Amino acid sequence: MKAKHKLLKEYSYKLGEIYRGYTNRTLYVNISDNTIKEKLVTELMKEKFIGGKGFGLWLLWNGTKDDTKWNDPENEIIIAPGPIAGITQYSGAGKSLVVSISPTTDSVMDCNVGGFFGPFLKFSGFDALEIQGKAEKDIIIIIEGTKGTVRIEEAPEEAVDSYILVEQLTEMYADDETDKRNISVISSGKAAEHSLIGMLNFSWYDVKRKTCRLKQAGRGGIGTVFRDKHIKAVVAKVSGVKGDMNHVFDMQEIRERGRRFGKEMRELDDSQARMRQVGTAHLVEIMNDYDLLPVHNFKFGSHPDAHKIDSKVLKTRFTQGMPDGCWLGCLMSCCKAVEGYEVKTGPYKGQIVTVDGPEYETIGALGSCCGIFDPEHLFECNFYCDTYGIDTISFGTAIAFAVECYENGILNEERTGGLRLNFGNSDAAMELLHQMARGEGFGVVVGSGVRKMKEKFAKEYGADPKFLQDIGMENKGLEYSQYVSKESLAQQGGYAMTNKGPQHDEAWLIFMDMVNKQIPTFKDKAEALYYFPMFRTWFGLMGLCKLPWNDVEPEDNAESDEPAKVPEHVDNYVTIFNAVTGKDIDKHELIRQSERVYNFQRIFNLRKGFGKREDDAQPYRAAGPVTVEEYESRKERYDKQMKEIIGVEPEGKSTEEKIAITRKYREGAYEKLLDAVYERRGWTKNGIPTIEHLKEISMDLPGLIEVVKPYLK
Amino acid sequence: MDKKIEVNKEKIDWEENMTVDRILKIMNYTFKMIVVKVNGELVKKDNYNTKIIPEGSDVQVIHLIAGG
Repeated sequence: MKAKHKLLKEYSYKLGEIYRGYTNRTLYVNISDNTIKEKLVTELMKEKFIGGKGFGLWLLWNGTKDDTKWNDPENEIIIAPGPIAGITQYSGAGKSLVVSISPTTDSVMDCNVGGFFGPFLKFSGFDALEIQGKAEKDIIIIIEGTKGTVRIEEAPEEAVDSYILVEQLTEMYADDETDKRNISVISSGKAAEHSLIGMLNFSWYDVKRKTCRLKQAGRGGIGTVFRDKHIKAVVAKVSGVKGDMNHVFDMQEIRERGRRFGKEMRELDDSQARMRQVGTAHLVEIMNDYDLLPVHNFKFGSHPDAHKIDSKVLKTRFTQGMPDGCWLGCLMSCCKAVEGYEVKTGPYKGQIVTVDGPEYETIGALGSCCGIFDPEHLFECNFYCDTYGIDTISFGTAIAFAVECYENGILNEERTGGLRLNFGNSDAAMELLHQMARGEGFGVVVGSGVRKMKEKFAKEYGADPKFLQDIGMENKGLEYSQYVSKESLAQQGGYAMTNKGPQHDEAWLIFMDMVNKQIPTFKDKAEALYYFPMFRTWFGLMGLCKLPWNDVEPEDNAESDEPAKVPEHVDNYVTIFNAVTGKDIDKHELIRQSERVYNFQRIFNLRKGFGKREDDAQPYRAAGPVTVEEYESRKERYDKQMKEIIGVEPEGKSTEEKIAITRKYREGAYEKLLDAVYERRGWTKNGIPTIEHLKEISMDLPGLIEVVKPYLK
Repeated sequence: MDKKIEVNKEKIDWEENMTVDRILKIMNYTFKMIVVKVNGELVKKDNYNTKIIPEGSDVQVIHLIAGG
């Protein structure tokens, strides 16, 4: 197989040394003309953009034009780890941030992902990898960080599907079994070629299980961009990984914070989130209990069968007691695995595989959202989404939308190619996924995502566009992740006011808002929608995982002044940043670092024709009951709110009338929320960052002023 | 008139010898990472089944996750 590779370009570079978290150069690879070169990291980049997602956005801003489309050769995929990435003394420090122009939103997309690639890229000598161009034939890029070479090779014979390809390349580039741990592969799969919801897998070699494991940069179709560029894989190989590859300023400080965190994990995790036992799957039963688990395309928040797919069931299938970190030294170890799973359908039927233990989002999307409460389906569908290169969140939300359209007569068997798309039909869901990989049938339609399905169903089938808009769970072209936000106005903003689309990584405010009732006023909600998105953006600048921040909490956290912020962990992060870089920031500057990049991304959206108030609109199902069935399922709640909050007597009114009254109130509240949040963020009523605000946060770069100015007249 | 307490701003019926554990059960608060305050005073986890809630109390059950 390797003998069939054709070398297109080899580039040798001088090995460098990382200094205080930075290599101070990035790697540029153009696969149209096979240019490979190094770029210097400027002080401006470090000061304004910090690293990780910040570097990725800045390189993408400079590398593309206003009208660059996702499938233009000049679109880029940038992978950047961030200055803290690669330390092993504090948990969750191996993330890569991936940015590109998305096929589903036509604007800027960012994803964070585990696996070893990001740290290996940095240890190879680069703070970011910037890939531009489009190859004529399938290629792989190989970065040999110990030798100091980068190669572009045509690779005609390797598989495209990740499950096979990653094993092939790991075997091919490892000198022996021990050397496999030194290899990380980025790949996608066949379905990414025929859909717009393709994702990227980042691998590492699981030494204990003797198999390659995968983590996903899932959102917004970057896997589709990858395959459109005819990239089969990117391989990084580095040997001799040690604890101080970053040559940090003060290792002792990092070790001390890591030691404290490790104690929390050992002593508290089993009585808190149980991340080491079940990972994020622990959220299934919690969300079901609080009416927040999406059921039947987000119509409802709980289901009597949810216990069939909760963490108690999944725990029996996860291999226990394994060091399940997706980067070295992570004590949260939440990346669970199901070993010895026999594939039941499709091209790999009968094979025994190791499947990623489904995370909460995957369980919600592939399971409850589609009305499927069967763990075997979750394993099967998760395996194929991973190996075909498909984002489980978008896939599940898109299927659920199609099913609701089918159940409302918008689709029928003729339009679905004979599939009876009902909630709970796991065979139909699997068939659609296999069709997506084969590039045929209704699977291709589903793979275009919710926004494009809405357009098609209205145009070709005469469906009511308003109804489709109400039930189609997307904003900005990205499908919603798996939380019901109807009863939390703050979370509605946490979803629909995001820069990239409704992914919960910017803000998760449901408990603060809906359960604790800690943020009752618009001002309170606006403050939360200022602080948390800024704080959480910071993880993406650093190459850090967010989970160790708040999925375990210090024993005395309850007695702190702001428990929801987990102040001791915030202090850990400030300390670690300073200890890595030798700088001297405090918790306020941490927020300011994020705020610069956050506003930059908003302005990048503006440059792409988005980023305005109208783009922060939400589908009504995210805010309230669309149908009679939904209203009546929670009639007591809605009637009570109508009487006590809206001030209207529900008695004697039809359900349709009550839906209209509730809707008017909730839609009005969301508009008020937008006003409050924009003001807190220093934006106009149209959601445009003002020049005064950009000056205040030291982000008044000429190119940015030029973009916002026309919107401020 | 029924005797009440307030839990996270919601009025619920007060019961004789009502404990924190009983309130969590009534409210279906199954999430483990919580802080409980009764009339502003922190109740330690060890006391959830012994601390008696007086009639008219203001009970806060703060769910700490801001994550997801």
